[in-house]
Amino acid sequence: MDKKPGIRPRLGVWHQMDVASRHAFPAAQTTIVLLLLAAPIGMPGQAQIQSAWTMACIYFWSLYRPAALPALLVFGIGLLLDLMAQGPVGIGVLLLLLIHAVALKFRRALTRSGFGVVWLAFIGVAAAASAGKWVLTCFLTWHIFPPAAGLFEFALAAGLYPIIALYLILLHRGPAAPERAT
Amino acid sequence: MIRLSIQARQALARLTLPVLIVFSLALMLLGRATPLVPERARITLSDALAPIYAVVDAPLRAVRGAARAVREVCALQADNARLRLENERLRHWYDVAMALDAENAVLKSNLHWVPDPKLSFVTARVVADAGGVYARSVLLSMGPHSDVRRGEVALDASGVAGRVTEVGARSARVLLITDMNSRIPVLLEKSRARAILAGTNAPTPKLLYLQDGAHPEEGERVITSGAANAFPSGLLIGTVHYGSDHQLQVTPAADLERLEIVRIFDYGLEGIVPPESGLRTAAAGALAHASGSGD
Repeated sequence: MDKKPGIRPRLGVWHQMDVASRHAFPAAQTTIVLLLLAAPIGMPGQAQIQSAWTMACIYFWSLYRPAALPALLVFGIGLLLDLMAQGPVGIGVLLLLLIHAVALKFRRALTRSGFGVVWLAFIGVAAAASAGKWVLTCFLTWHIFPPAAGLFEFALAAGLYPIIALYLILLHRGPAAPERAT
Repeated sequence: MIRLSIQARQALARLTLPVLIVFSLALMLLGRATPLVPERARITLSDALAPIYAVVDAPLRAVRGAARAVREVCALQADNARLRLENERLRHWYDVAMALDAENAVLKSNLHWVPDPKLSFVTARVVADAGGVYARSVLLSMGPHSDVRRGEVALDASGVAGRVTEVGARSARVLLITDMNSRIPVLLEKSRARAILAGTNAPTPKLLYLQDGAHPEEGERVITSGAANAFPSGLLIGTVHYGSDHQLQVTPAADLERLEIVRIFDYGLEGIVPPESGLRTAAAGALAHASGSGD
């Protein structure tokens, strides 16, 4: 952000639109990729990749661009995820909101530490979220599901995070950075 | 817009997250209490998404096609040899089939057999994988005036894929036979034993309630049975396979991992129409019970 004191001319409409689009970028691209991941590409474990993607995105943007990802948008993305899948509605919403809350809570400490620590923290978050999803799905459908799907979901989320984060870091410094608006 | 003091705004901002978390809990309860509400929302969303997916589908298909072309070129020689062998075998079976067909026609005319009604079907493209982590279903994109109803059977080129569970204005959902909630009355073709095919969310569903004394062979064909009037009889589902711990499984004939196009047949059966999916588990139990006691 421009921190130098002094009087400057009012910024134009284009600049404001640029800033707005940069603010909207994280949530928008999370949603678009989420929708694309539901297309029948024939990738194995697509449902798990979808869930890994949303978890990683919510975690990452809550840490680095919380202003661009208010809780209401997290709620919306969770609802979309729940309605696109077949399970009980509300589970994805709750878990994403909790991930968002945890990321905000430890934001100070995590953004100052290195990538390894952030990744480790995400592994913990993903483990809790996958386990929570399994428990809630079993409880709400009154049916014990084999935990393998949940374990796979966790493993994919933990393993894919560095790749997803690499992509998100590029966005974070490029098209999602409002301070670079022209 | 109402101007709020900074303190009030901060307090509001701090409240949003807890309130939304309470909302999500309420959503879960709501979904449990009134399963129809999320189902309606789901159908509305599917209807909105189906045209978008139909647009994205063209480039995706091109990518898939290119990948397949490369694979096919690599396997050209081996495929040719295999196909030549298969062709020889099929020519023999063609002769057998023609002879049997002729014989069948004669027998039927002698028996005054009432011919099966001509079936109508619609073909639809699979546009999205709609199961999520704990379910197996696909989303179909349909024309705006397609006459598809819940309970109809979806087949791919080689066998039964599932049943239609939700129908919207331009989309429909098919619950695959591998889904945890899928229960289908089946018949083993050779041993004529009846059973219930139960999905487990794994690629190979298992056989339940097999008749006592039945010893199905490995590779035996599994077809639908007309029990409970839920499915037309005689549709190919897959082949028997003994799993690692000697569990009876069925390898589906349909390529459920890579469904692209399915045909939806209207067999005009009103036996058991699946309820909207919130209530599906109970109905699956009832279906299993009904066909179990029918045997």
